[in-house]
Amino acid sequence: MDFSVLRNLISRYCVGEENWLDSRTVYIGQKEPPPGAAAYIPQRYPDNRIVSSKYTFWNFIPKNLFEQFRRIANFYFLVIFLVQLIIDTPTSPVTSGLPLFFVITVTAIKQGYEDWLRHKADCSINECPVDVVQQGKAARTQSHKLRVGDVVVVKEDETFPCDLVLLSSSREDGTCYVTTASLDGESSHKTYYAVPDTKAFRTDREVESLHATIECEQPQPDLYKFVGRINVYKDTEEPVARPLGSENLLLRGATLKNTHHIYAVAIYTGMETKMALNYQSKSQKRSAVEKSMNAFLIVYLCILISKAVINTVLKYAWQWSPDRDEPWYNHRTENERQRPVVIRAFTDFLAFMVLFNYIIPVSMYVTVEMQKFLGSYFITWDEEMFDEELGEGAQVNTSDLNEELGQVEYVFTDKTGTLTENNMEFIECCVDGNVYVPHAICNGQILSAASSIDMIDSSPGGYRREHEDLFFRALCLCHTVQVKEEETVDGIKRGFHQGRPTSFYISSSPDEVALVEGMKRLGYTYLRLKDNYMEILNKDDEIERFELLHVLNFDSVRRRMSVIVKSSSGEYLLFCKGADSSIFPRVVSGKVEQVKARVEQNAVEGLRTLCVAFRRLSPDDYQEACLLLTQAKLALQDREQRLAQAYDAIERDFVLLGATAVEDRLQEKAADTIESLHKAGMKVWVLTGDKMETAAATCYASKLFRRSTQILELTKKRTEEQSLHDVMFELSRTVLRQRSMSGLSVDCLDYGLIIDGATLTAVLKSGPEGNYREVFLEVSRNCSAVLCCRMAPLQKAQIVKLIKASKEHPITLAIGDGANDVSMILEAHVGI
Amino acid sequence: MMASGYNAKEEDGHHSGAPGNGGAGAVKSKKPDNTAFKQQRLPAWQPILTAGTVLPAFFVIGLIFIPIGIGLFVTSNNIKEFEIDYTGIEASSPCYNCAQNYSWNSTSSCTCKVPFTLEQPFESNVFMYYGLSNFYQNHRRYVKSRDDSQLNGDLTSLKSPSKECDPYRTSDGLPIAPCGAIANSLFNDTLELYHLSNGTRTAVVLMKKGIAWWTDKNVKFRNPGGNANLTVAFQGTSKPVNWRTPVFELDPNDPDNNGFINEDFIVWMRTAALPTFRKLYRIIQKKVDAPTLASGKYELEVSYNYPVRSFDGRKRVILSTISWMGGKNPFLGIAYITVGSVCFFLAVVLLIIHHKYDNRCSSADIPN
Repeated sequence: MDFSVLRNLISRYCVGEENWLDSRTVYIGQKEPPPGAAAYIPQRYPDNRIVSSKYTFWNFIPKNLFEQFRRIANFYFLVIFLVQLIIDTPTSPVTSGLPLFFVITVTAIKQGYEDWLRHKADCSINECPVDVVQQGKAARTQSHKLRVGDVVVVKEDETFPCDLVLLSSSREDGTCYVTTASLDGESSHKTYYAVPDTKAFRTDREVESLHATIECEQPQPDLYKFVGRINVYKDTEEPVARPLGSENLLLRGATLKNTHHIYAVAIYTGMETKMALNYQSKSQKRSAVEKSMNAFLIVYLCILISKAVINTVLKYAWQWSPDRDEPWYNHRTENERQRPVVIRAFTDFLAFMVLFNYIIPVSMYVTVEMQKFLGSYFITWDEEMFDEELGEGAQVNTSDLNEELGQVEYVFTDKTGTLTENNMEFIECCVDGNVYVPHAICNGQILSAASSIDMIDSSPGGYRREHEDLFFRALCLCHTVQVKEEETVDGIKRGFHQGRPTSFYISSSPDEVALVEGMKRLGYTYLRLKDNYMEILNKDDEIERFELLHVLNFDSVRRRMSVIVKSSSGEYLLFCKGADSSIFPRVVSGKVEQVKARVEQNAVEGLRTLCVAFRRLSPDDYQEACLLLTQAKLALQDREQRLAQAYDAIERDFVLLGATAVEDRLQEKAADTIESLHKAGMKVWVLTGDKMETAAATCYASKLFRRSTQILELTKKRTEEQSLHDVMFELSRTVLRQRSMSGLSVDCLDYGLIIDGATLTAVLKSGPEGNYREVFLEVSRNCSAVLCCRMAPLQKAQIVKLIKASKEHPITLAIGDGANDVSMILEAHVGI
Repeated sequence: MMASGYNAKEEDGHHSGAPGNGGAGAVKSKKPDNTAFKQQRLPAWQPILTAGTVLPAFFVIGLIFIPIGIGLFVTSNNIKEFEIDYTGIEASSPCYNCAQNYSWNSTSSCTCKVPFTLEQPFESNVFMYYGLSNFYQNHRRYVKSRDDSQLNGDLTSLKSPSKECDPYRTSDGLPIAPCGAIANSLFNDTLELYHLSNGTRTAVVLMKKGIAWWTDKNVKFRNPGGNANLTVAFQGTSKPVNWRTPVFELDPNDPDNNGFINEDFIVWMRTAALPTFRKLYRIIQKKVDAPTLASGKYELEVSYNYPVRSFDGRKRVILSTISWMGGKNPFLGIAYITVGSVCFFLAVVLLIIHHKYDNRCSSADIPN
């Protein structure tokens, strides 16, 4: 345990490195493997108890006192008090003791109360019920009793009690859907897979009969990294080994969605879960004022000591003549005479210290504390920060940092849920230059309204009609959305279709949900995926069925996704949607110009745009594509690369259909706020786990990047083309040139920097061979806005740390709402 | 923001939104009060320093302080003060012999006469002080060396004085009353004043009462067991080692001025803050028809008991009149005049600067 804690500490400084020498072996269901396998070594793991409190009942008083006396001022006054007690003092010990103990007691009571609250929170988490499979049936137990190797049953909408490896799911295909909103802030649903060999174990009894071990790395804080191997023992055969990756690992804190129940085995528990590892140790936040106060304190302490020394020396110089030392009217007692000079001098020195100790006033700290306390109340009372909707005003969590608010130079913000409402809305689409705007309110009349809006192009009816149909179908088909039927109460909320069970759309990307819902409002309803047939309810209330043949998944390099479907008429169609930059080069026909214009216009407005294209495949083409895909998918080596090649080969010669625009609604007044922050000279950094394109779009929308802003990119894509060094060098040159130029020209350009997680790791890691860190700082300091995407929670904290440690020691402020922001918030001077 | 609570906290966040929308009552109670205090709208005044406010302030200060200073200075200068040093260091000094032949255990006192001449008559009440130099009554060991409860007449403290009194706590096994270094070093020179006119030598009447603070005399210092029969009250105690007489014989003729409530003793017990100090010794009451001390020749008769040579001390006698502002103190007047002049000077300079260089056409920066 201790060892792993140490390891984790180390690993925090080198996240992303994969040199795990050690691994752990987990015996599923706590069963010994069949004989002949590796020897069963019972390993000791921590139980699943989460401890976020600082104190226990017993160690509260010593530990709290220790914490408090670590403050220089408190310690100083304690020393003075003790000195006063020991020596023959000129002032009473009460004068320094009383205020000190008042302050200490009040602080201790406050901290004790806070810790008591934490204890209660811990308790409620540790005691929440969990179903564990024991002796062939599910038994209910408390969360903190979970051990590594236990098989856990998790039901829908339950939170995972620890880090689990998925064994099987109630879904046939062994998948389950999970939202990790509280971990990384992405509220979308992610799909996790069970290992094929275990996905058949779908009842308590079957799971009990499973014989397998899991070998995996020791716990590490990177949320997206997991390497392991499962060995399944079947009767007498050799064990089957299967690789495990992060797609098998269910993280503590995530919630199961859209899946009835799953079986999973606990591999990391308690404080070893990735979530717990991502919470850095809770250090007390100290404000800059307090820090400088401490510095002043040391200066004054030096002054005090030198003063006492000088006075002691002067005293003995003055006493040199016996007339002065002991005049006849003022004799010493015998005791004093016999005391050695050294001790006398030392007590004199201490006495002078006590005498002059008021150079550091006790009252200063008390006054400052009181002032902060009142200040925090004023923040709470502020009417202008009151939210009518929630009925809540501002909440001050710690009064120590009030004064920092006025000195903030860097603002780090989370994107999802902080800048934006994380609520995608379909705004409009454009087919061959015709713009369709769904009317959100009146569901019945959409059709007439939509089709009559904004007719720019008056092309022949038939042609237009065809493209329109294709476009809408494309949008209905080209996605990975899941449909969830919901019969009851929630129907009221989304019940456009009376009489029918209404449905939720669930997808890993909120854009897709928005698109499909938008289509629904335009009259094309995606019903469900049944036996590989996608069913669509079209405008005329007819159900069209398409056979889903292949899904060419989205990835951030291609920035597009495609589906190959077979229509009921037997036609093979390839629908593709993706970012404009990745679609346009592959288009051979269609009204490129009009669509492009529209797309650009939308982008200016901060909408997220996607282009839609299609290609008709002849049966031969289809066969060929099929072959390519299967080959690539079966490849053992370079699978990724070959898949990409296959995709590339298939996705070409498109006919452009149109474009869509989706808005990730910004928080109210987000743009205004950011603009005024800019005006105030603060630098706004957006740190997000999202993909770059999305994040960039939001930044434009929130006026973080303006049209005039020149974007510097420092992303994986670029660093793959050139070496990191070149990129960094180039960037710094650009920025420096700008700086020298801005001396001449009045309207200096401002720069926006985009960096992604992978590059950041590279930048931070490259200590010895090049000082990228410095260059990066130099560059980023000259940018008015910086966007960091694909960040892991700890990387967010690293960024904040980097800025904090820079030359000017600026005050930083971090805003966030999700659990993924916690480390960043803890790292920054001020957290909101 | 703390890392506590994990999911529980998240869920709390979600739930709190829902009742907020529904329950209007809850909303109301949470809404901050719109009071002047809570919204920080209390009336406040911040001084904005502009020429319009600073210049008049300087002028006013200058004009008020200068007359006050002049008044104080003149008053102080009208006070007459006469100082005689009778230490006897120099061979020419009348007390040279006494100072040289001083011995701790002589029973009879050495007497010396110091003649002096007053050039001007002293009107009104005249205060006679004795002054000591280089005497550290402010030494910590010295200041603490007393027992206030003993001096307040406490019988137990009388028999067992406080430890602070060491090494002047007991002598020959008996407790010392009054104990401590302060009491032990009581100033014991006797000073008498004679007026020499036309060959006759008339003693000037010196009042020995009324020189101590009322509170000291009536509250802080009390004889043990009342003022009657002090000899009995102080039985079982010893006199301070340096004293010639025990405490109950300080003024045997006046029971109201004897023992701990002897005013000379009380005055001495109030320690001075600086090594050069003066303490009130006697008061010469004013006469109805003539100046209190007419100009002319006088003679100071000293019974020389108090040794100061060992610590390079000096002994003085000061005769002084007082005014409404107390004794002679030119400093206060000078300080007032200086501050007033500086303010006035600054006001003039600033006025000139303001007039000469203030070329802003509007008075935007000067709200007043």
